[in-house]
Amino acid sequence: MNNAETESELQKTMMGHLKADRRRKLILNLVILALLILAPAVIYATFLMKILCFALFAVAFNLLLGYTGLLSFGHAAFLAAGGYTTGYLLSSYSGLTTEMGIIAGTAAATALGALFAIVAIRRQGIYFAMITLALAQLVYFVFVQAPFTGGEDGLHGVPRGHLFGFIDLENNVAMYYFVLAVFVGGYLLVQRIVNSPYGQVLKAIKQNEPRAVSLGYNVDRYKVIAFVISAGLAGLAGSLKTVVFQLASLNDAHWHMSGEVILMTLLGGTGTLLGPVVGATFVVNLEYQLSQGPLGDWVDPILGAIFVLTVMAFRSGIVGEIQNFMRKNMS
Amino acid sequence: MSDPFVLETQNLVKEFKGFVAVDDVNLKVQRGHIHALIGPNGAGKTTVFNLLTKFLIPTRGKILFKGMDITSMKSAAIAREGVVRSFQISAVFPHMTALENIRVALQSFEGNSFAFWKSGDSLNRLNDRCMELLDSVGLADFAHTTTVELAYGRKRALELATTLAMEPELMLLDEPTQGMGSEDVDQVVELVRKAAQGRTVLMVEHNLSVVSKLCDRISVLAQGSILTEGDYQEVSEDPRVREVYMGGAAATEQEAAE
Ligand SMILES: Nc1ncnc2c1ncn2[C@@H]1O[C@H](COP(=O)(O)OP(=O)(O)OP(=O)(O)O)[C@@H](O)[C@H]1O
Ligand SMILES: [Mg+2]
Repeated sequence: MNNAETESELQKTMMGHLKADRRRKLILNLVILALLILAPAVIYATFLMKILCFALFAVAFNLLLGYTGLLSFGHAAFLAAGGYTTGYLLSSYSGLTTEMGIIAGTAAATALGALFAIVAIRRQGIYFAMITLALAQLVYFVFVQAPFTGGEDGLHGVPRGHLFGFIDLENNVAMYYFVLAVFVGGYLLVQRIVNSPYGQVLKAIKQNEPRAVSLGYNVDRYKVIAFVISAGLAGLAGSLKTVVFQLASLNDAHWHMSGEVILMTLLGGTGTLLGPVVGATFVVNLEYQLSQGPLGDWVDPILGAIFVLTVMAFRSGIVGEIQNFMRKNMS
Repeated sequence: MSDPFVLETQNLVKEFKGFVAVDDVNLKVQRGHIHALIGPNGAGKTTVFNLLTKFLIPTRGKILFKGMDITSMKSAAIAREGVVRSFQISAVFPHMTALENIRVALQSFEGNSFAFWKSGDSLNRLNDRCMELLDSVGLADFAHTTTVELAYGRKRALELATTLAMEPELMLLDEPTQGMGSEDVDQVVELVRKAAQGRTVLMVEHNLSVVSKLCDRISVLAQGSILTEGDYQEVSEDPRVREVYMGGAAATEQEAAE
């Protein structure tokens, strides 16, 4: 009896910890948001936008890897599908407002995601990764050949246009805050999803798929939906990127890009919401720093070495390791 | 409803590349029974469970649940019909709390939910029922403990509560006492007895003292086919059963139980 009482006391304090944990995360997110709002005053806005686009891409990817347990090796296809669609439409139809171009790009990536998902979803583990890679290579070759992508050259001079028809995005400040708003929206959407009843099922599938099946869950359908949402958000990131840099290129569709988003996510920490953001920030920065210095030709091997180090030595990633450290030292 | 058998297999066969793991099994499980499926290692018991829940596709034969042919149904659909299994290796969601484990089952019981836009707080209405279930297996005090941190016996109790959350008509338990100390075993016996009220249980069990305490009927599987069936008395006196099964360690276990 006495024992039971002390144990439920323990449970109460644990509940308290959970609430405090939530509050801490909220405060942290608000601080980061405040910093992002102020950042263009000190950091070049275009560089920040690059980070935000890749961060959104990695957040989208992490919905699959971190919360569903699916490793896609083909996410470049969705980034590029979004980018090319938006780039082509905004270049060809001057009447189109920017957000319509972005919505169309997102829709195209979502549809492509549905196709991928239907083909790949029943495969497990490495086979799933291989099929997504193969499909993405197929898409790559379509983009090389298709008349609307500009082939090897890509699409250049895509007009940023006017948001809602009246906010001139040639203004870099306006462009930045638009990108920030979209990023925050995407981030909040993923946060909402992983905490939703549906997200709870995704976690269950990731942690023990046969058990989820034995509890009556049609796991394939859950995975397909997660895949399609992830592809759509990756497309959104690609569309944004095209508008920001006014170009869409084959680089975005290359398997390198699929590998890079895996690295960003692993490095930052899978299964945490902030991890991919931190990972993307780190990688984009590193690539920039290296390209400025004498090590410019060594970007790929250095990224590769970081990849190996992450997988072997600190699997929880930057954010995950910090969380583990705090947990150990706070209780 | 006049059919006394909840579950029936007809000439069930499973071959793995020429190796016959389940050989022409006709199993009938009576409503309300706790029915044991016993047999030596490799006899095909887990394979039978995998066939019944369609984790494996039968090579031949039929599976009837309440007279309905479920042979071509998918795993998830069978679970929603009311046939819920546990696994030989403990099957929990390790990085969720005990309460969340149960809640995932309750969510499924309410119907598949693809509502990814809904707030997670909408699940809190299930918490009272979760606590009831946790309490019924003595885990109320561990509701907010992450499952990996639970002791083995408690994980298995949690698994049972999770299965019960589905309110299955037929519960399939694959060695619920495997790897447990005698104290935990006694507890599981009580839990299964309680859980079996108002439903049917088919369980694989190596511990014959558990079988003798719990089970109304026993089917003995050897090399994929049913060797004999009956109550504990009949089966334990059958010389063929002693030969294939009670030869070594099992016989001593039985003596220890008496
Ligand atoms: N997927 C599979 N592929 C090939 N052979 C298999 C497969 N699953 C089971 N088997 C074989 O079928 C036979 C029966 O295995 P099963 O796991 O059903 O035995 P069991 O009665 O549950 O044994 P235990 O008491 O050890 O759990 C074994 O010889 C096993 O090697
Ligand atoms: Mg077995």
